Amino acid sequence: MSAAEVAEMIGRFASSFGAPVRSGVTVTSLQAAEGGYAVVSDQGEIRARAVVIASGACNRPTVPPIAAAITAQIAQFTPFSYRNPDDLPEGGVLVVGASATGVQLAAELQRSGRSVLLSVGEHTRLPRTYRGRDVLWWMHEAGIWEQRYDEVEDLTRARRLPSPQLVGTPERLTLDLNALTGLGVELTGRAAAVRDDRLLFSGGLRNVLALADLKLERLLDTFDEWARVQGREHEVGAVERFAPTVLPGPSRLHVDLGGGEIQSILWATGFQPDYQWLDLPVLDQKGRLRHDGGVVDGAGLYALGLPVLRRRKSTFIHGIEDDAREVVEHLAGFLGSS
Amino acid sequence: MSATIDNGVNVQALLDARGVLAGAPDAAQFTWRASSSWQRGVHSTTTIENFFGLGEEQSHKTRTVFDADHPAVFAAEDNGITPIEYLLVGLASCLTAGVASVAQNRGIQLRSVESTVEGNHDIRGILGVDSDVRNGFNDIKITFNIDADATQQEIEALVAQSQKRSAVFDALTNPTDVTVVVA
Repeated sequence: MSAAEVAEMIGRFASSFGAPVRSGVTVTSLQAAEGGYAVVSDQGEIRARAVVIASGACNRPTVPPIAAAITAQIAQFTPFSYRNPDDLPEGGVLVVGASATGVQLAAELQRSGRSVLLSVGEHTRLPRTYRGRDVLWWMHEAGIWEQRYDEVEDLTRARRLPSPQLVGTPERLTLDLNALTGLGVELTGRAAAVRDDRLLFSGGLRNVLALADLKLERLLDTFDEWARVQGREHEVGAVERFAPTVLPGPSRLHVDLGGGEIQSILWATGFQPDYQWLDLPVLDQKGRLRHDGGVVDGAGLYALGLPVLRRRKSTFIHGIEDDAREVVEHLAGFLGSS
Repeated sequence: MSATIDNGVNVQALLDARGVLAGAPDAAQFTWRASSSWQRGVHSTTTIENFFGLGEEQSHKTRTVFDADHPAVFAAEDNGITPIEYLLVGLASCLTAGVASVAQNRGIQLRSVESTVEGNHDIRGILGVDSDVRNGFNDIKITFNIDADATQQEIEALVAQSQKRSAVFDALTNPTDVTVVVA
């Protein structure tokens, strides 16, 4: 679906049951008030006994502190300020981050004729299709998306997992690091520090490639096992295995920021929620919302749409339904008892 | 985790420490120390005994003295290994400790873990022959031979995870801010 189609779908959903949606309203504060909460906005105040925070996990781009040490000669962009390759000054580009956003923008920039250096940290490698099916079909059918937050072995880690290297195109092409190398993108290690006007990269790139390859293999083993045990092998093609991620040569350990090789840096280093308006003591020391499966530790306060809130699919539009049902059940119980 | 697996690593103690230190970041701050003394020529001895951690001074069971020198091809007396070789000692021992710990945590019995480390070094850098040649290693390669009750894939995952959590691997692959002062 295109962005416009998604927006239209949400609009249809809202009108299907007459939801009292008020758009174009900026909430400036959520604070405790007598009998519950006060939602303060630029269009007045609303009192509520219960509030569901569903403001999303990607309100602001995350940029690492080393960005502040980059010389002013280099133009810096985030996925929020970048729209297309023409926005960038002439010359080479360093894209930092190899999750979905980083690999897609690296491919777009390289195809536009730029020379692109891609700084790669830990990442999640996925093929677009596996055994003739879209990889998301496998994730859905094999029950990966359904995995519950209280069953996941390391929940903190699962909640900060990098988004998989996927792109949606009619040709259903795989956009992993081998594909990017094929386009001419140069891979380097994680951006580590700025020293003497050089940006230094980690020499540990091979290991993050190995970690992602091994993790992909384990996931494909899980798919194969599921298809075999469930008797679904007739629905899919033959077992496949993908070539390991290849580094064409030793990865470079630095780029000279004043040397003219790169003129801009695009930070594709993740996103974070913006809770500046949340005037309640419900954030942990790292600024994350404290909650147990969407039940925030403040009476009548709830969250939806955060990574692995209750399931691996929690941040998907199709994944919110089960979470919402359970969270709203708790909320209804709270309203009924108070 | 199977109770019959024993690589000699007290994983429970490590997991307990991880739980406690998650809520006590101050106690997790360690300072490792070494004291070095010039002997003669390029020979020095470095002594390690005390360190700071868990909020207080700590001591090793015994004091250890390391000799560092250079071999005869450097026209030295070879009273000990070369300083840069200590980096190889650190890398191999750190990754090996990681392999044992991760294997214990994953219920994998190890029978042997052997490794060979090679650091390629162009000494024109330290001799000042060519200013384009760096002083340190050009690259390092470590090859593991592991005999364990596990598949090849599981063994590769042990080695990968060991690198991911290795102090020395990180110290060698990422820049560290180093200050040298004269007292």
